[in-house]
Amino acid sequence: MSANLINMLMEATWQTVYMVAVATVIGAVFGIPIGVFLACSQRGELLSAPLVNKVLGVIVNATRSVPFIILVVSIIPVTRFIAGTSIGTTAAIVPLTIAAIPFIGRLVENAIREVDSGLIEAARAMGATPMQIIRKVLIPEALPGITLGLTLAVVSLIGYSAMVGAVGGEGLGDLGIRYGYQRFMPSVMLAVVVILIVMVQLVQTAGEFLARRVDKRAPRNRGR
Amino acid sequence: MAENQITGAGITFENVGKAFPQKGGGTVNALENVSLTVEPGTITGIIGRSGAGKSTLLRMVNGLEQPTSGTVTVAGHDVGRAGAAELRRIRRDVGMIFQHFNLLSSRTVYENVALPLEIAGTPAREIKGRVDDLVARVGLEQLAKRYPAELSGGQKQRVGIARALATQPKVLLSDEATSALDPETTQTVLDLLADINRDLGLTILLITHEMAVVRDIASHVAVIDGGRIVEQGATYDIFTAPQHATTRSFLSGVTGVTLPRFIADQMSATRPTGPAREVIRITFVGENATDPLLARMSEELGLQVNILAGAIEEIGTRPFGNLLISVDATRADEARAYLQNHDQRTEVLGYVG
Repeated sequence: MSANLINMLMEATWQTVYMVAVATVIGAVFGIPIGVFLACSQRGELLSAPLVNKVLGVIVNATRSVPFIILVVSIIPVTRFIAGTSIGTTAAIVPLTIAAIPFIGRLVENAIREVDSGLIEAARAMGATPMQIIRKVLIPEALPGITLGLTLAVVSLIGYSAMVGAVGGEGLGDLGIRYGYQRFMPSVMLAVVVILIVMVQLVQTAGEFLARRVDKRAPRNRGR
Repeated sequence: MAENQITGAGITFENVGKAFPQKGGGTVNALENVSLTVEPGTITGIIGRSGAGKSTLLRMVNGLEQPTSGTVTVAGHDVGRAGAAELRRIRRDVGMIFQHFNLLSSRTVYENVALPLEIAGTPAREIKGRVDDLVARVGLEQLAKRYPAELSGGQKQRVGIARALATQPKVLLSDEATSALDPETTQTVLDLLADINRDLGLTILLITHEMAVVRDIASHVAVIDGGRIVEQGATYDIFTAPQHATTRSFLSGVTGVTLPRFIADQMSATRPTGPAREVIRITFVGENATDPLLARMSEELGLQVNILAGAIEEIGTRPFGNLLISVDATRADEARAYLQNHDQRTEVLGYVG
């Protein structure tokens, strides 16, 4: 493999990391509050707003049911409005983020619903406001689940990022299609696949490590 | 905590009802027409089977449930009609402990106890001293930095108690707080609750399905069945003279005085012809509970007394005994008159031929 190709692989790896990282951060910034709201706003719950909950749920489901490649091309006007251009790696962050938000929202919702309702009752009995319950009880208690959810989201976004070549986004997936497939360079394809496998392994391992760190539910040996 | 003397608040339930809407229309009454006064500084037990409505009743005290009729008052505040902000203020005066502890797994013992103070907006420098005191009061200084998952059930409930006391409440609610604990641990937790009641003077309202819990710490008891209070009063009176069938069935589990099976099987309600013995339950109360009354009766009346079963227990510090005896049926009237003259309650259970 030539030095040139190695440079291309390194650049593509960086582009993938960049797209996925930005999409995850923005996706979490919007997705976590949405997930918290979805988990607490059914009838009789902490932030009871059944109508808003239903509408938001439909929007989330609708976004999640559109195949990613179709989402990428169908929101090109939105992408142009937000990113100033509809092609290129930075532009590709827009559809990735829009896919990430509802996905992270659902994962966070599930993690929060796992929190024992007895804890909410205990906090209410202490005179906590709904916001205090969310900040001091629900999010800290759901943190292991949220961490694993974000890990899953990152892994999925790495997969999605391979499709952004359709709008001129670069990265590992795009390199694999254009060189490995269209120019028939199996060594490039192999290198792309290996890098992706390593990347996903690293993300998964790091995510599980962090989730274990924040999970105090299981007794462990603390140097006794 | 002696410098922070807490005094208990009274709780009153007036004609309280709670109806839950049912699926497919209609309502089901969890509570009907409940009236109960809990005096400040007492430990009052509400006992009932699961589904009797005791949990709903308890949750009305801090507004986790709203009554559909009647009023619940704590320290003069109408809980059922309080707005959200007022309810949060009331709740800071009412601590609560739970059967399954409900501790935050993500917080250490120290941090769990600090939570109600953080919620109340207590300045951080005050929190430290208060939490240290509370953790020491429940005897967990060594475990302050541990997480709940590393504690035993009894230790977890101690954390729950410390947490419930953090905002210096006037009332402590206990929702089956010992039901998930083994008998030995139950005893230590009950002792702790009794100490707290004595030292801080706060009112404790507890619900349980175990009469032993009531016997050990409650000065007053209300028996609830099918959403109604069927009997209430001082624990000693309820134990020594239960009126309602539900109360009796709860008591039979704890006083341990039931007829041996071989006698119960051959007992009849009416006196058979021919020689027979009358089976009598004697409830020894008050000063005479420890007197050798039966021996004296046997001597003075020249009467043979068979003791079939019996036990002497303490409620608070007052002893009371329950004895099942049999005497010659022809002279049973004499025996009962003798016992009644000595202030003992008797009850004819039946006859054996």
